[in-house]
Amino acid sequence: MTAVQLTAVVLWLGLTAYAVFGGADFGGGFWDLVAGGSARGLRPRTLIAEAIGPVWEANHTWLIFDLVILWTAFPPAFAAIMSTLFVPLSLAALGIVLRGSAFAFRPVAEGLVGRRAAGAVFAVSSVITPFFLGAAGGAIASGRVPAGNAAGDPWTSWLNPTSVLIGLLAVATCAYLAAVFLVADARRSSAPDLVAYFLRRATVAAIATGALAILGIGVLRADAPILADELTSRGWPLIAASGVLGTAALLLLRRAAPRGTRLLAVGAVVAVVWGWGVAQYPDVLPRSLSLADAAAPAGALDGLVIVFIVAALVIAPSLGVLYLLDQRSRLTGHGLGSDIDGGADAGASRATGGRID
Amino acid sequence: MIPAVPPELLAARSQMAFTLGFHIVLACLGVGLPTMVLIANAIGLRRRDPAALLLARRWSTVMAVTFAVGAVTGTVLSFEMGLLWPGLMGRFGGAFGLPFAVEGLFFFLEAIFIAIYIYGWRRLSPRVHLLSGIPVAVSGIGGTISVVAANAWMNQPAGFTLGPDGRVATVVPLEVLFNRATVYEVPHMLLAGYMVTGFLLASVYAVALLRGHADRYVRLGFAIPFVLAAIAAPVQVAVGDVAARGVLADQPAKFAAMELISVTGAHQPETLGGILVDGRIVGGLQIPEVASLLAGFSPDTVITGLDAIPVDQRPPASIVHLSWNAMVGIGTALVLLGLWGLALRVRRRDHATARWFLRAAAVSGIGAIVALEAGWIVTEVGRQPWVVYLILRTADAVTHAPGVQATFVGVVVLYSTLGVVTLVALRGLQRRWAAQDAAAPGGRAHEDAMDQGSIPYGPRSRPGGPEG
Repeated sequence: MTAVQLTAVVLWLGLTAYAVFGGADFGGGFWDLVAGGSARGLRPRTLIAEAIGPVWEANHTWLIFDLVILWTAFPPAFAAIMSTLFVPLSLAALGIVLRGSAFAFRPVAEGLVGRRAAGAVFAVSSVITPFFLGAAGGAIASGRVPAGNAAGDPWTSWLNPTSVLIGLLAVATCAYLAAVFLVADARRSSAPDLVAYFLRRATVAAIATGALAILGIGVLRADAPILADELTSRGWPLIAASGVLGTAALLLLRRAAPRGTRLLAVGAVVAVVWGWGVAQYPDVLPRSLSLADAAAPAGALDGLVIVFIVAALVIAPSLGVLYLLDQRSRLTGHGLGSDIDGGADAGASRATGGRID
Repeated sequence: MIPAVPPELLAARSQMAFTLGFHIVLACLGVGLPTMVLIANAIGLRRRDPAALLLARRWSTVMAVTFAVGAVTGTVLSFEMGLLWPGLMGRFGGAFGLPFAVEGLFFFLEAIFIAIYIYGWRRLSPRVHLLSGIPVAVSGIGGTISVVAANAWMNQPAGFTLGPDGRVATVVPLEVLFNRATVYEVPHMLLAGYMVTGFLLASVYAVALLRGHADRYVRLGFAIPFVLAAIAAPVQVAVGDVAARGVLADQPAKFAAMELISVTGAHQPETLGGILVDGRIVGGLQIPEVASLLAGFSPDTVITGLDAIPVDQRPPASIVHLSWNAMVGIGTALVLLGLWGLALRVRRRDHATARWFLRAAAVSGIGAIVALEAGWIVTEVGRQPWVVYLILRTADAVTHAPGVQATFVGVVVLYSTLGVVTLVALRGLQRRWAAQDAAAPGGRAHEDAMDQGSIPYGPRSRPGGPEG
C-alpha cells in the first residue's frame, strides 16, 4: 500500500468514526428535539445528556482530524470542497458552534427558561448540522465539486435530489444509531421504561432509514447515474452487507435488542460509508481529481504516517479508556451536575444530577 | 502598482480576525486553566485542604465550559481555513498542514482526558483522578506549540520547495515545524496563555478580596493564579525582547511598522503613540536613539524603514504600531503589578488589605486580554499584505465563493451573542456558588467539594449499581 492509499484509508476511517460516534451524538439531539414538553421529556432528555456528556468532545474531534488530514494530504481537494460548498459548510459550522456551546451551557444556565433555550438550540442544531454535512457529502459523491477555487455552482452543487437525500439520510442514520445506543444506556441505568421508549424509536428510525435508503436507489439512478453505477458495480458487496446488517439489527430490535444489536447497527452504517469510498476510489473528487493528483509531496505524507502511528499508539487506547470508564458508569460525578444543582434554583435539573432510576 | 483587491478580501480578513480573536482567549484558558486546576487539586490532596479542593472543583467546571466553547470555535477556524482561504490551503496545505495534524493529536488527547477529569470527580480514586488531569495540561501546551508553529511558518515559510508549476514539490516536516519564527513565537504564546489565565482568574478573587471576603478559599483562589502569572510576566518581557529582534531580522517590514520607522537609518527614536500619515509621524512621544539601542544595543544600529519596502508590500503601519505599544505597555505594567505583590509579601503586608494593589489586580485580567489581542494584531496585520511571507499574497488566497460578506455579519452576531452568554453563564455559576457558600455551615460549601464524606473525594466504595 502506498502512502497515498494509506492516508486515504485513514481519512475514511476517521470519517467512519465521525459518522458512527459523532453521528450518534447528533442523533441524541434529534431525540431531544422530539421528546415533547419539559415534564414529559425530562427523563429521556436526562438520559441523552448523560450519555453524550463525557464523550461528545472526543467524538467531535474526528471531524477536525479529518479536515486536517484532507488539507495536509490532498490540499486541492480540501480547497475545492470548502469553496464550492461554502454555503452548506458555513451552515454546518454554524450548527457545530450552536450545538457544542448550547450543550455546554445547558447545565449551567440559570432557571428553566435559560435551560429550555439552550436545550432548544442544542436540539435544533443537532439536526441541521448532519443534514448540511450529508448534503455536502452528496455533492462530492455525485461529482458536483470540481477542482478549483469555488469552481462549482454555489447552490445547485448541494441543492439537488442526491444531496438533499443524503442529508436526510444522514439525519435519519444519526437518529437510528442514537436510539440503538440509548437503549443500551437506558438498560445500564436500570430504567426499563426508557429501554422500551428508545426501543420503539430505534425501530421507527431503522425503518425510516431503510426506506430512505431504498428510495435513494431510485433518486441516485435518476440524478447521479454514474454514482449509482459505481455503488452497484464495485460497491455492491458493501451495500448489500449494509442491507443485511440493518435488517438483522431491526429483527433484534423487535426482540428487545439483546447484546450485539449495537454492533449490527454500527456495521450497517460502516458498510454504507465504505461503499461510498469504494465506489469513488481512486478519485477524491469524482471525475475531476484523483487521489494521486491531489496528493501532497511524499515528505508531507510521511509526516502524516508518523502522526497516524502515534494516533494508533496513544489516541486509540486513550479513547478506549474513556469509553470503558463511561460504559462502566465511572464518569458520572461531573462537576457540572452536582456542584450546581445543590444550589437554590435546582428546579428541573435537580433530577439530572442524580441517577435515573 | 497595487493589484486589484477581490471584494471578498476585507470581509474574509475581518471574519478570520474576529473568530480568531475570540478563540485565542479561550485557547489561552485552555493552556492555563488545567495547570491552575491541577495545582489547586494537588494542594488540596497533599495538605488535605478542603478550600483548595473546592477551588479545583469549581475551576474545573469553568474549564469544562470554556473548553467546550473553545472546541467549537476552534472547529470553525478549521472550516475557515478552507471556507475563506482555499488559495492558501489548496497550494500550501501540504507544506504547513503537518503542524495542524500534530495539533489534532494533542487536541484529541485533551478532549479525552478533560472528559475523564471533569466527569471523574466522584467515581475515580483521588490519585487516578489527579493523574488524569496531567495529559490535559500537557496536551494544551503541545497543541499550542504545534498550532503556533503553523503560524510561525506563515511568517517564516521553510521546509519546502516549489516546482515549476508553482505547486509544493518537496516537504521536510521538521524544517516546517521548526522554522525560524517558531523559536520565538511559541514561548511568547505559551507565556501569554499563562498570563491571560492567571491574571483573569486572579481578577475575580481580587474583587472578592476588595469586597471583604478574605477567607482561605478566596486568598488561595487569588494566590495560585496570581503567582503563576506574575512569574510568567517578566519572563515574557525577555522572550518578547528576543522575539522583537527576531522580527527585525526576519521581517523588516513588520518591524518598521511596529516601531513606526519610515526612513532607513541609524539613531532611530522610540516612538510612543502616534500614527503614520503620508510617511510622516503625527502625534506621539519620541525618545531619541532608543529604538536603535534596543534593536542592536547601540544607537548606531541601522533599522530598515518603510521607505525601503515597495509600496504594495507595506503593512498598515499605524495599527501595528499602536497595538505594539499597547502590548508592551500593558506587559510592563503587569510585570510591575507582580513586583508590587512581591514587595507586599517581602514587607509582610497582608495583600488582602492593600486596596490599591487589589484594584490594579482586579483590572489585570482585562489588561492581559487587551495585550494578547494587541500582540496578535502585531503578528497578523504586520505580516500583510502576505499570508505566506513574501510568497503568497492574502488577496490571492481568498475564496471566490460569493457570500463572505453575509457570513461575516452572521459571525459577528453569533460570536457577540456567544461571548455575552458565556459571561452570563460564568457569572451565574459564581452567583450560585456564592449562594451555596452562604447557606453552608462554616461559610463555604466544603462539604460539597468533598461530596458526601470526610474523604476529599466521592464515595470510594462504589455503589453496586447495575453495570451494562
